[in-house]
Amino acid sequence: MAPILEVKDLIKIYSTAADETPALGGVSLAIEPGEFVAIMGPSGSGKSTLMNILGCLDTPTTGTYTLDGVDVSGLDDDQLAEIRAHRIGFVFQSFNLLPRTTVIRNVIVPMIYTKVPVKDRERRAQEALLAVGLDETRWYHRSNELSGGQMQRVAIARALVNDPAIILADEPTGNLDTKTGEIILETFKKLQAQGRTIVLITHEASVAGHAERTIHIRDGLIIDGSHAEAVA
Amino acid sequence: MSLYDLFNETLLSLTGNKVRSFLTILGIVVGIASVILMVSIGQGSQASITKSIEAAGSNLLLVQSGGRSSGAFGGPPGGGGGGSSSTGLSQSDVDLIKTLPGVSVVAASNSSRYDVSTPGASVSMTVNGVGEDYEQVKSIETSVGVFISNDDISNNAKVCVLGTTAVSDLFASGTDPLGQQVRINGILFTVVGVKTASSTGATMFNNADEIVYIPLSTMQRYLLGSDSISVINVEAQSSDVMDTVQTEITDTLMAAHGITDSTEADFSVTNQATVLSTASTITGTFTLLLAAIAGISLVVGGIGIMNMMLTTVTERTREIGLRKAIGARPADITSQFLAEAITLCLLGGVIGIGIGWGVAAVIDSLGVMTTVVSAQSVALAVGVCAGIGVVFGYYPARRAAKLDPIEALRYQ
Repeated sequence: MAPILEVKDLIKIYSTAADETPALGGVSLAIEPGEFVAIMGPSGSGKSTLMNILGCLDTPTTGTYTLDGVDVSGLDDDQLAEIRAHRIGFVFQSFNLLPRTTVIRNVIVPMIYTKVPVKDRERRAQEALLAVGLDETRWYHRSNELSGGQMQRVAIARALVNDPAIILADEPTGNLDTKTGEIILETFKKLQAQGRTIVLITHEASVAGHAERTIHIRDGLIIDGSHAEAVA
Repeated sequence: MSLYDLFNETLLSLTGNKVRSFLTILGIVVGIASVILMVSIGQGSQASITKSIEAAGSNLLLVQSGGRSSGAFGGPPGGGGGGSSSTGLSQSDVDLIKTLPGVSVVAASNSSRYDVSTPGASVSMTVNGVGEDYEQVKSIETSVGVFISNDDISNNAKVCVLGTTAVSDLFASGTDPLGQQVRINGILFTVVGVKTASSTGATMFNNADEIVYIPLSTMQRYLLGSDSISVINVEAQSSDVMDTVQTEITDTLMAAHGITDSTEADFSVTNQATVLSTASTITGTFTLLLAAIAGISLVVGGIGIMNMMLTTVTERTREIGLRKAIGARPADITSQFLAEAITLCLLGGVIGIGIGWGVAAVIDSLGVMTTVVSAQSVALAVGVCAGIGVVFGYYPARRAAKLDPIEALRYQ
């Protein structure tokens, strides 16, 4: 099967007037559809840079990135926004829900950028919320009235709602206690079982342990688990 | 992002912080309300002047003492002419004009400001000394009592007729002014009538009802101490002969005063309609000036909007980052914040129009001043509001759109 995500020889150098700081020194990896992969490394290893490029929030200095059959390395801002809207679902460490806004509205927001017909939105949002285990008693509460674990599940529902090619989760359990973190990781596993592709970025081995495969990154280079050679 | 979504997002965001949204639009509310009010006062004055053109009739000519051009440079020409040159207008001029063809009625008058007092009040107001037939020429009506009669004038009677504002200035409300005595410059006069309230009401320049009429002869004898006449009001038989009558009066009086050069005339003849149209032009300019001053407060309101939008952008940096991450294009972010600014401005504009209109209506109904709120000024106000929204909302919106999503998401 063709990989859903494939990067080759990714180099990212942050240039300032004073000097150049290499963040990624030639990274190649591939992820198959339906995989649950963890990208793990200490802080400063380049995993955030890699995650930003995989999330189409940033572009590599050199190298190619193919997502869901589309080469996204040379796209402009508007095209990248389009890719993010349709093919990527983000889950952040700090949830990033809209405060003072209902749970259901938070899940509806991504659909205004993918032009989902208004009549379908509420139903799709409800399906996504059910998929992460939030029943209707919470749907019309304001997002800031929820517990951390519930907030993160709303965020996962929001990532799911546009039916993306991959879900990118950046330290999704970082702001949660261990027990709640387990529930979130179980939620990801459940989603994988339904055929979703999940990429988890973390610095904790215990979190990465829930994934099927762990890609270790250090000093801007992949140490093991890339699978790039398998598809190269 | 569809228009429906744009509208929806704007509504959600503005209602999310109602107090702040309200405070932000306050500047625009005040600005628009003052523009609407100022323009309504200006246009009200203009309307009442137009009304008085119609009321005065276009058949009226005014002969006023003082030359057209001599006034600016010293007194009237004195040397050379010997005893033939006279200063000002006199009763003989009135008699001369009466003989001219095309002239229907002639009435002399003289007006000046004096302290007018009763035991309870003292007000400085216009005292108009009126000659024979003044009532007819000026179409004056009295609501109570009678106007100054020709007998009063020939007898130098110490009687007066008050305007409605003069009555309320001088007497406690509910007092019947008829038969009461007032002092004008210390001399006692008996009130014989009250003039019907002027249809033009007050303008921003004067109040036509704050006036006292007394016989001209009485004024000349007891107040002025001279025979001088400041104005001769001439009613022509029809509007067609106005120009002819105007020329005749000029020629006759110049001959009578021994003046050959029309630039040295010691009087001027003006057509009432011309005077009023000039006044109308002046009010027009004045209206513009008032609107411009009020407009300054609008600009200040606009800066308030910009300030608030910049604060909002900073506060909602993470939200902007999130929206970008989930697929909002820079244009979506720009239009979202621009829509918020424009909506705030329009909302402020609508409330401002309501308040300005309301205050104008109150002022009008209280009789303080005539005010007119026109459709054009409302349309202009709405346009200006939208314009302010675009101008002052664009920079904050662009700033939001240019935020780097990675930085924005990390913003604390």
